[in-house]
Amino acid sequence: MLQAADLATIRAIITRAKRWDMLFALLGILSLMVGVLTFTVLFVDMAIQGVPRLDYNFFTSFPSRKAANAGILSAWVGTILVMLLTALAAVPLGVAAGVYLEEYAPKNWITDIIEINISNLAGIPSIVYGLLALGLFVYYFGFGQSILSAGLTLALLILPVIIVATREAIRAIPQSIHEGSYACGATTWQTVSDHILPYSSAGILTGVIIGMARAIGETAPIITIGALTFIAFLPPAPFAGDPPAGLFEWIFAPFTVMPIQMFNWTSRPEAAFTINAAAAGFVLVFMTLAMNGLAIYVRYRLRKNIKW
Amino acid sequence: MKSLQIAAAVAGVFLSASAFSQALVKIDGSSTVYPVTEAVAEEFQKMKKNAVKVTVGISGTGGGFKKFCRGETDISDASRPILKKEMDDCAKAGIKYVELPIAFDALTVVVNPKNNFISQLTTAELKKMWEPGAQGKITRWNQVNPAWPDAPLKLFGPGADSGTFDYFTEAVNGKSKSSRGDFTASEDDNVLVQGVSRDNNALGFFGFAYYDENKGKLKAVPIVNPKGKAVTPSIEAVMAGEYEPLARPIFIYVSARSMDKPEVREFVEFYLKQGGKLAKEVKYVPLADADYKHAMDNFSKKKTGTAFGGEAEVGVKVSDLLKRNPKE
Repeated sequence: MLQAADLATIRAIITRAKRWDMLFALLGILSLMVGVLTFTVLFVDMAIQGVPRLDYNFFTSFPSRKAANAGILSAWVGTILVMLLTALAAVPLGVAAGVYLEEYAPKNWITDIIEINISNLAGIPSIVYGLLALGLFVYYFGFGQSILSAGLTLALLILPVIIVATREAIRAIPQSIHEGSYACGATTWQTVSDHILPYSSAGILTGVIIGMARAIGETAPIITIGALTFIAFLPPAPFAGDPPAGLFEWIFAPFTVMPIQMFNWTSRPEAAFTINAAAAGFVLVFMTLAMNGLAIYVRYRLRKNIKW
Repeated sequence: MKSLQIAAAVAGVFLSASAFSQALVKIDGSSTVYPVTEAVAEEFQKMKKNAVKVTVGISGTGGGFKKFCRGETDISDASRPILKKEMDDCAKAGIKYVELPIAFDALTVVVNPKNNFISQLTTAELKKMWEPGAQGKITRWNQVNPAWPDAPLKLFGPGADSGTFDYFTEAVNGKSKSSRGDFTASEDDNVLVQGVSRDNNALGFFGFAYYDENKGKLKAVPIVNPKGKAVTPSIEAVMAGEYEPLARPIFIYVSARSMDKPEVREFVEFYLKQGGKLAKEVKYVPLADADYKHAMDNFSKKKTGTAFGGEAEVGVKVSDLLKRNPKE
């Protein structure tokens, strides 16, 4: 039988523990709010300044010395093309490397060293990638200050992110799936292509989008390899123009990207350019959000088909 | 390494197959000259109905010359004359160039509008504030001039990489880049504008365009010129040659090799004809008409080299510069 006094002590302990629980929950919410509110304030401030500036002409005009005529056509086209090349280069390389490390690589010290290096690569400042790319892509390979150089540079930058995400996604697959596949006599490749890749694709996609979202806002490496500030023409569309451009001619075209355009506008003396910069920033955030939205949707669709 | 070379070879084939067929003028260099070049590029492309493409980058005067002397660009924007080291680099690569002054920038010394005791400044007073020896010592206004109040002196200026800083230190302290280090420096002139406009005890300097756009928040200080007259910076004062010694010429350098390309030649001619009008529009000071004509003459005669010999100079007249026999 419990004494009434004991009961009171137990109740006191429970109350105290619950108070701590509350306190921690409060702390957690506060920590969360620091991030969320900062973003909200910045975004709303930018939207208030920039959104009234957004009109059809803003998206279809080239940069200009007159703030009212200036637009982001060359910048958003440049950003999308660079992102396209980044994805084309980084996704196959990153996923293949991740699959190899998880499924094929023997567990020895060489693999360990490679793993440590990949984690370290994720923490290297982006300007270092820019300098590497300037020497390697721009001069040694002779790609010049082109969309191709920029795409490959950003691909290098996000490669570690994609590799790590791929490995995490693969590790989340139950071991029984592996073993079941091997027990049925499948080779490693059959296991990977029929089971591992389909089941991990949602997680891999998340990693790809996180990487791309980082790459889209990068300015330093792009400036290092020589992106331009004033460019009032678009890369040649395949088979268009006179004489007709080749299918891949656009990848060697000079370019600019959204963050560079914004940076240039914020450093102009006229206040009207600051509004342009806010508008361009809003578009850039919107592009990132759109990419994230797409990722969530695709992930949802892919997950629906997996039933373990 | 072998695989790298193969990759390079493959890339080379790709490149040559897709070399740009359209006329392209490549420009890079100073952010100070950028607004003028951008305006000219914009109008030029409009006039040519986009048959000629012009690209302008901002690598800074030094960064621009690096690319220029590697033969990567046709024209280099420069807010100061080419330096000895850059001349050597260009010479080594066999790059010859024509130096063309295209406008003036008036370095403007500004104080907070609430500052009511400064009505003019002499270069001697500026030197007292900015010379290297002032570091840590001259920290109050009354140390510069006893007539001024005993209030902290807060200095704002562009970073040491900027041509504006080079010219100001040369003009005020007598030696380029020699300055006290304990001032608030920023590469972004808008940060300097904010700094001076928020601090009653502040003094700063930057290009005229930034003052002109922020007239309500700043007060420009008249500078006493060598003739003893205090002159407020303005387009008219610079054109009259009275705003001395803080008016500096800005330049473009055109590669002699690129002059064989008709589109580059046409662009530079357009620049020298329309540059004055467009410079005024973006708050820079045009040269005298005769100077543009003289520059055009030097350009068509392909007078290569620099009139400076690798060193900065203060207070030299553009008309005299253009008459000099350029060195390489």
